Amino acid sequence: MGFERSFAGTTAICGIGATEFSKASGRSELRLAVEAVAAALADAGIEPDEVDGLCTFSQDTNPEIDVARALGMGELSFFSRIHYGGGAACATVHQAAMAVATGTAEVVVCYRAFNERSGYRFGTGVQDRPPVANAENAAMAWNSPHGLLTPASWVAMFARRYMHLSGATSEDFGRVSVADRRHAATNPAAWFYGQPITLEDHQASRWIVEPLHLLDCCQETDGGQALVVTSLDRARSLPRPPAVIRAAAQGAGNQQHMMTSYYRDDMGGLPEMGVVGRQLWGTSGLGPADVQSAVLYDHFTPFVLCQLEELGFCGRGEAKDFLADGNIEIGGTLPVNTHGGQLGEGYLHGMNGIAEAVRQVRGTAVNQVPGTEHVLVTAGTGVPTSGLILGVDR
Amino acid sequence: MTDTLDTTPDAFQARLQAFEGRPVGPPTVAPDEVNQAMIRHWVEAMGDENPVYLDEEAARANGFPGVVAPATMLQAWVMRGLRASLEADRARAEGSTADPTAYDELFLLLDGAGFTSVVATNCDQDYRRPLVLGDRLTATAVIEAVSAQKQTGLGDGHFVTTRLDFTDAAGAEVATMRFRILRFKPKPVTAEAPPAGTDAPRPRRPRPALTEDIAFFFEGAKEGKLLIQRCASCGKLRHPPLPACPHCRSFDWDTVESTGRGTVFSFVVTHYPQVPGFDYPLPIAVVELEEGTRIVAGLTGIDVGAIEIGMAVEVELVAVDEDLTLPMFRPAGPAATGAR
Ligand SMILES: [Zn+2]
Repeated sequence: MGFERSFAGTTAICGIGATEFSKASGRSELRLAVEAVAAALADAGIEPDEVDGLCTFSQDTNPEIDVARALGMGELSFFSRIHYGGGAACATVHQAAMAVATGTAEVVVCYRAFNERSGYRFGTGVQDRPPVANAENAAMAWNSPHGLLTPASWVAMFARRYMHLSGATSEDFGRVSVADRRHAATNPAAWFYGQPITLEDHQASRWIVEPLHLLDCCQETDGGQALVVTSLDRARSLPRPPAVIRAAAQGAGNQQHMMTSYYRDDMGGLPEMGVVGRQLWGTSGLGPADVQSAVLYDHFTPFVLCQLEELGFCGRGEAKDFLADGNIEIGGTLPVNTHGGQLGEGYLHGMNGIAEAVRQVRGTAVNQVPGTEHVLVTAGTGVPTSGLILGVDR
Repeated sequence: MTDTLDTTPDAFQARLQAFEGRPVGPPTVAPDEVNQAMIRHWVEAMGDENPVYLDEEAARANGFPGVVAPATMLQAWVMRGLRASLEADRARAEGSTADPTAYDELFLLLDGAGFTSVVATNCDQDYRRPLVLGDRLTATAVIEAVSAQKQTGLGDGHFVTTRLDFTDAAGAEVATMRFRILRFKPKPVTAEAPPAGTDAPRPRRPRPALTEDIAFFFEGAKEGKLLIQRCASCGKLRHPPLPACPHCRSFDWDTVESTGRGTVFSFVVTHYPQVPGFDYPLPIAVVELEEGTRIVAGLTGIDVGAIEIGMAVEVELVAVDEDLTLPMFRPAGPAATGAR
C-alpha cells in the first residue's frame, strides 16, 4: 500500500516547553525561542546536540541557525518555515513528522516565539508611502486604503456575513469567550487565571470592530512555545508518554485570500479548514465522535463556530446550537480549548494549543478530560491553515 | 508651596515660566578667534564656493573689510568640541554634574511630568555685522520662553525657546540666535488622529502597493471610473485583478467600467484602533456590484446604525488626497435606482 513511510501513526510529540506568557517579557524574541526550545528538549529528555531539524513560521524572527548555535545543536539536516501567519502552527508538526518519517531528520523541534504585545503588534505599522510593489503587498491594496487594517476588522467582515446566513448572534460568539475564560480560570499558566467572565461581561465590553466586541478578540502575548517531534519508536524510550501523530494536514481553499476571502460564492464558511478536516479524518480513520476534546484556533470567536461546522462536529449553520448550554465547556460533549485558548491562556500563534493537546493525551492537563484517546487541534483561521489529531499510544 | 499645589496645571505652568529669563549657564567664550582654517573646512564641507570666505581681494571687491566668515557658522565658533560635550553628557547621565544649569533643572521638571521626548523645531539667527578674521565671540544663553502645554502631531508638549546673544571682544552685539525645542509626551503607537485645531497636516491614508497587475484600477479611479478587469478571451470579469483568467487561463485582459451600482454583501463598523487619516466610527463594506464582482470599500454619507446587508448603494469616486482616489459607496438614491 505504500503507507510504511507515512508519518501518521509512526511519529510522535515527545516534549513540550514554553516560557511564561506575559505582556512584557523584558527579553529578546530570540531568547524566548531558545528558552522554549531548551525547555521542550528537557521535557523530552533529549540533549540539544541530538536535534537535527528545526521548523518554525515564516513570520518568526528567530532563525533556526541562531537557535541551533545558542544551544550547541551542531549540524542540522532539516529546516523549514511555513507561511500564512498562525495557519503555520500545526503545519510545523506536520513537516517535522514528514521529515522524521522519511529519514530526513531524527529529532525536529518546532517553535514560535515573539514579543507580540510589547514589541511589534499585528495590525500596526501603517505608513504614508506605498509598500514595495509585490503581490503580497498588493493584496492589501483593496483593504488598507479604506481602513480595513486589522485582523479584527478582516474577521468582523466574515462574522457579519456568517450572522446573516446562520442566524448566529453576538451572544453565540460570546459563549466561546465564556468557555475559554472558564478554562483559563483554572489554568495557572493562563494570563486570565482566576478571571472567568459572564456572557453579560462579553456583551458589555466595548466595540473593537462591529460586530466584534473586545471580548471576542484574543490577547496579545509575549512568549515562546516549542514542541519536539521524533519517531514513535524513539518516543517510546523517552520519559513522557508519546502523543502519537495520528494525522496532520495543511489546507488552502478555492479562491483563497489571506484573511480576506470575500470573493467566494459562500462567504459564510472556512473552506480551507474543510480541506484540512477531510484529510485529518481520512488519514486517521477517525470521525468527530472519536475525539474527546478539541483545540480550535480562537484569535477571534466567530471562527470557532465556523470550524465546528467545517470539521463536521455539527451541520452548516448549526454551531450556535451546538455550543449552547456549555456544550464546549468541560463536562460538555466536546470541551474546546481546555487550557483557555488564545483568549484565555495566551496568544502563541496556536502553538500553545498543540502543547495543550499533548497534555490531554498524556493525561496531565489542568482541565483533564477523562478517557481521552484523541484530541484535534487546528491552526490559524481565515488563512491557509493546518490541523493535527494527536492520540494516546495504544 | 506644597507638592499638592504643584501638580495642578496652573501651578506646573507657573513653575515652568519661572525659568524664563534665567541664564542657562555661564557665558561661553569661543576657544578660537574667527580664523581662515576653520572657515576653509566649513565651506569645503558645505560646498560653498563664494570667494568672499577665502579670498581677501574678492571680499574687498564685495564691500567687506576683508575675508568674512559664513554667517551660518555663528554657533560653530562657540562650540566646545566633541570630547567636552560627551563628558558633559556623561556627567549629566550619572547625575554627577557639579553645578546643574537652568536647563538641567528645567528638563528634570519636564521629565518628571512625562515630557520625556525632545525634538528641535526651529532655529532663527539675526546678524548685526559680518564676522571677520580675528573676532573672538562670547555667547550668553538665556531661557527666553517656556510655552503653555500645546497639542502637536507628536504629542502634548511644551516649546522651550533659548536665546543666545553673541558679543565681540569689545562687548558689542554681533548676532542673536533663537533655538526652539519641543519637549513632549510620546504618543502610543496606534494614536488617534490629532484633534481639530492643531496645525499638523492631516495624515494620509495607507498607500496601495501598485504592481503592474493592479495599477490600472487606481489609475481608472483617478479618472473617475470604477474599472473591473475582464478576460479578453472568454469575457469573464474578475476582481481583485489577476494576471491570468482562472476560467480559460488566458493572459489577455481589458477592463469594463462598472455602473457603480451594487448592494452591501457584508459590512463592519470600525472603532479601534483609530488610525490617523480616517474618521471613526468607520463603516466599510463588501459591495456586490451588479456586474457580479465584489469589492471592499468605505461607505460614505450613511448613518452607521442604518447599514444593512442587501441595501442598495452606488459608487462615488473620492479623492482622499492629492494622489489617491478611492471608490466609496453611498446609499443609492431614488433617481439613481430609477432613471438610469
Ligand atoms: Zn478567460
